[in-house]
Amino acid sequence: MTDPTIKPLTMNFGPQHPAAHGVLRLVLEMDGEVIERADPHIGLLHRGTEKLIEHKTYLQALPYFDRLDYVSPMNQEHAFALAIEKMLQVEVPRRAQFIRVLYCEIGRILNHLLNLTTFAIDVGAMTPLLWGFEEREHLMEFYERASGARLHAAYFRPGGVHQDLPDGLLADIDAWADRFPAFINDMEGLLTENRIFKQRTVDIGVVTLDEALDLGFTGPCIRASGLPWDLRKTQPYDVYDELEFDIPTGKTGDCYARYLVRVEEMRQSIKIIRQCIEMMPSGPVMAEDHKITPPRRDDMKTSMEALIHHFKLYTEGFHVPAGSTYTAVEAPKGEFGVFLVADGSNKPYRCKLRAPGFYFMASMDQLSRGHMLADSVAILGSLDVVFGEIDR
Amino acid sequence: MPSSSKLSLKQAATFDEWKQHFAVALRKSPEDISIFRGEISVQIELEQLLSVLTRLKDETGGGFTQLSDITAVDYPTRTPRFDLIYQLLSVTLNQRIRLIVPIAENAVAPSVTSLFGCANWAEREIWDMFGIFFNDHGDLRRLLTDYGFEGHPLRKDFPLTGTVEVRYDDSERRVVYEPVQLTQEYRDFDYESPWEGAQTSMRQIDPTMITDVNSDDQLTDEGKND
Repeated sequence: MTDPTIKPLTMNFGPQHPAAHGVLRLVLEMDGEVIERADPHIGLLHRGTEKLIEHKTYLQALPYFDRLDYVSPMNQEHAFALAIEKMLQVEVPRRAQFIRVLYCEIGRILNHLLNLTTFAIDVGAMTPLLWGFEEREHLMEFYERASGARLHAAYFRPGGVHQDLPDGLLADIDAWADRFPAFINDMEGLLTENRIFKQRTVDIGVVTLDEALDLGFTGPCIRASGLPWDLRKTQPYDVYDELEFDIPTGKTGDCYARYLVRVEEMRQSIKIIRQCIEMMPSGPVMAEDHKITPPRRDDMKTSMEALIHHFKLYTEGFHVPAGSTYTAVEAPKGEFGVFLVADGSNKPYRCKLRAPGFYFMASMDQLSRGHMLADSVAILGSLDVVFGEIDR
Repeated sequence: MPSSSKLSLKQAATFDEWKQHFAVALRKSPEDISIFRGEISVQIELEQLLSVLTRLKDETGGGFTQLSDITAVDYPTRTPRFDLIYQLLSVTLNQRIRLIVPIAENAVAPSVTSLFGCANWAEREIWDMFGIFFNDHGDLRRLLTDYGFEGHPLRKDFPLTGTVEVRYDDSERRVVYEPVQLTQEYRDFDYESPWEGAQTSMRQIDPTMITDVNSDDQLTDEGKND
């Protein structure tokens, strides 16, 4: 007589799978259609960013941050710029601070639009994606008009932003901000009370607050579990402490709560964008200390010193005093932290990137145990993972 | 939401008060707690790690219930060679603290997965990237690198270009691994020069702020241009 117990079936989800949100190999041990163990194999997009940063000057290292979470590139540049500014103790001009906050919130909407709509397509709703990507296109156009690039902007620099906004851009962003709430209502009309969407998300992947803290959850995922923790409020940077906005929280900690929190965050981001446009002062967008920031182009034509500064900044780069800092920002996905160790030279000695998605992905096993196979897709979608930042 | 009484304490608290608080909580003297750029860090021994983390996580220690990150830093010329770095966050006090734990190359660190669930992958990553072994982890596999990868990439003696490269071999009909062959020598420019630029901008910074970092004497041995 053979052993009547059935061995759990091991199944590969990915590395190429439309619902894997990138290159994720998820090894699932199944008992029928119930997941007994989920073992994510990550690293398929590992490019050694931290190692590369150790071999570049501070300014050369900055564009790597666009390539981490490539859905909201500027939010991560922000963390690196803030870390360097903290070490150098550079004062950033007010206009630059407002521009940064404005573009961080555009980045947040970019991210949430991608996440919510791909989440919807994962659980069977196609239309939000088609609508949402049209809006993303508008936002990436704003990126392009400010920085020249739709995705890899390299726009936030230590000491400010690379260049001032072109004429008319703020008016266009304002006009877009008038239109956008109607889009959120349309999208919510398709999803929020949708019977199928709720059946797929309510009570799926529930995370209690204690679990969320234990698993290293941050951002919308911890807020969906009921903790109003947002670094923009609790540890404000740039001009966030002058702006008025609310922190939405969920009550249930399930996939549906994470969806609702992100929808409301988009509304709050619109509020912040409007305030930034209204309060935007005029003035320089880069600190005036030319040992750290490049001189103006026209100065270089007439001033020998400016020319030398330019040459030295783009070859040797600036030196950062020895020490270390952990600087974190509220990226759209959660707490994005930069642990920077400087040795007084022109290159970082060590730069550790704390990606929020890394810890979301690590919790996949705990979250999907006991759920059906199809629920793992909903959980993965609601966690908002992008492999650029997880694999680094 | 953090209770309002605790938040007001936080707003009133000076860094000296924080030093006192952590000195009591960690049973250290206030001089051992260093503050650099408004960030609190403390160096502890490897043997103390679990007890210190347990105390910090506890309500009386400040309720540092979230472990934001664990990482390591490699100082090849120093003994002990590595620093393990633990970033802790208290959402009730709205405060961070950084624990710095020096560890020798062949030493074994205790795993903190029993205290913080998120340490699981963080420790796997450190094992992968630095080759620091964690006891009682239970599942210490490589995380980011390829299956069958050799070496620990974030060690300073690991070459930036790596050691192997892969390509698809038509005759063998599979991906093959070969030693890295560079068509051009890796160019590592040395831009350090006796130019006054960076030095002057560094001199504007209060020197006491710079010297206040603990355990940074090993950082400064790289060529400083005076």
